[in-house]
Amino acid sequence: MTMTQDDIQHYLTDDLLMAYSAGTLPEAYSLAVAAHISMSDESRSRMHAYDAVGGSLVESSEAAELAPDSLDATFALIDNATPEPAPKRTKGVLPAPVQDYVGGDLEAVKWRPVGMGVKQAILPIEGNANARLLYIPAGGSMPDHGHRGMEMTVVFQGAYSDGHNRFGPGDIEVADEDHHHTPVADIGEDCICLTVTDAPLKFDSWLPRVMQRFFRI
Amino acid sequence: MYSETASLVETTESPPNRGHATREDKHDRQAGLAEVTVETGKPNPNDGGLRWANCIVRIRDHQDRQAFADLFRHFAPRVKSFLMRSGADITLAEECTQEVMATVWQKAHLFDPARASAATWIFTIARNRKIDAFRKMRRPEPEDLPWGPEEEPDQEDTLALQQETEALGEALSSLPDKQRELIEKAYFGDLSHSEIAAETGLPLGTIKSRIRLALDRLRHQMK
Repeated sequence: MTMTQDDIQHYLTDDLLMAYSAGTLPEAYSLAVAAHISMSDESRSRMHAYDAVGGSLVESSEAAELAPDSLDATFALIDNATPEPAPKRTKGVLPAPVQDYVGGDLEAVKWRPVGMGVKQAILPIEGNANARLLYIPAGGSMPDHGHRGMEMTVVFQGAYSDGHNRFGPGDIEVADEDHHHTPVADIGEDCICLTVTDAPLKFDSWLPRVMQRFFRI
Repeated sequence: MYSETASLVETTESPPNRGHATREDKHDRQAGLAEVTVETGKPNPNDGGLRWANCIVRIRDHQDRQAFADLFRHFAPRVKSFLMRSGADITLAEECTQEVMATVWQKAHLFDPARASAATWIFTIARNRKIDAFRKMRRPEPEDLPWGPEEEPDQEDTLALQQETEALGEALSSLPDKQRELIEKAYFGDLSHSEIAAETGLPLGTIKSRIRLALDRLRHQMK
């Protein structure tokens, strides 16, 4: 797979998957990666491969000396623990990791209009990078924008095109700093996606720039 | 591929004795017979990862404390060293190691030996504990694939996965020291790739291409 025609990918690069596996991505980007992997078997199997690299490194680590009562203390933890809840498996438009931040599926999202029929909901995530759900009506568009830093977008419903590429459910778009684009939702269905940026989006016309201050786009 | 798998099954089941001992051991436990002797319970580095996967399966199916003790003796010191290399002092590393190993017990019902080796699975638990304890962040996890405990993993898949994981381990250990150190930094340290590149002045492209072949093989098996 050699796809270098653009600064756009429908899949995750090795760097990003490795950083996700190593646990060094900021939380907001980890959420985008987890959402995408929830919907992509290809990326899931690649994630398993990177986890296996981590496993091999642990396996070949030198053994550190344990506290003398280490095993007994661990058994005590086990005996006093409450049972682990079964992992959540959800049916719905939003994958489980996103639902964790929303507090439910689409019906729980607190949308705020940002103009031209576009709505957003900022997710509560610590750190510099921020994550928002976007709702673009069928056939509608986001204002043309560039951004500082990397932008990740994962589609959950509908699809959008940016003039070069089309992104459907489960696809991830990773756009770098210099990329300017105007995502346009497909006609067939309203588009719902997650967008993560590590700096506020910067819009190219004055009107959205004014809006930006109000809506923290 | 089928012939490879078949030969792997054969070498695992026939001498050297370790394969046999593991199977005996498993039968003993399932039948609720005598505890394993110290000799068979002692971690043997040549045993391969299948032994550890079997330990987690015994914890999962029988709450087997001896299996847990065996697993603990092998992995807890390695998890502790992983955490210390990630920046934890000795007290925090010990505390987190105990929590990681307790989580192994508590989540044993989620372990699928056809999808991950014991080392891989324990790494993911240790990594998550590290993010939580050191970075005070959450780590969003992908939604679990729908599969039930009633779907017993295929033994052939488990063996094939084990073989691929061992091949990956060999590929990693045969990397030139400097490249291997970079990968360890990426996994053990708290550095991004660009920070590593800045620290060492080396591009990551070379390393990535060296491990790509091994990863591709692994990827193929894990689909």
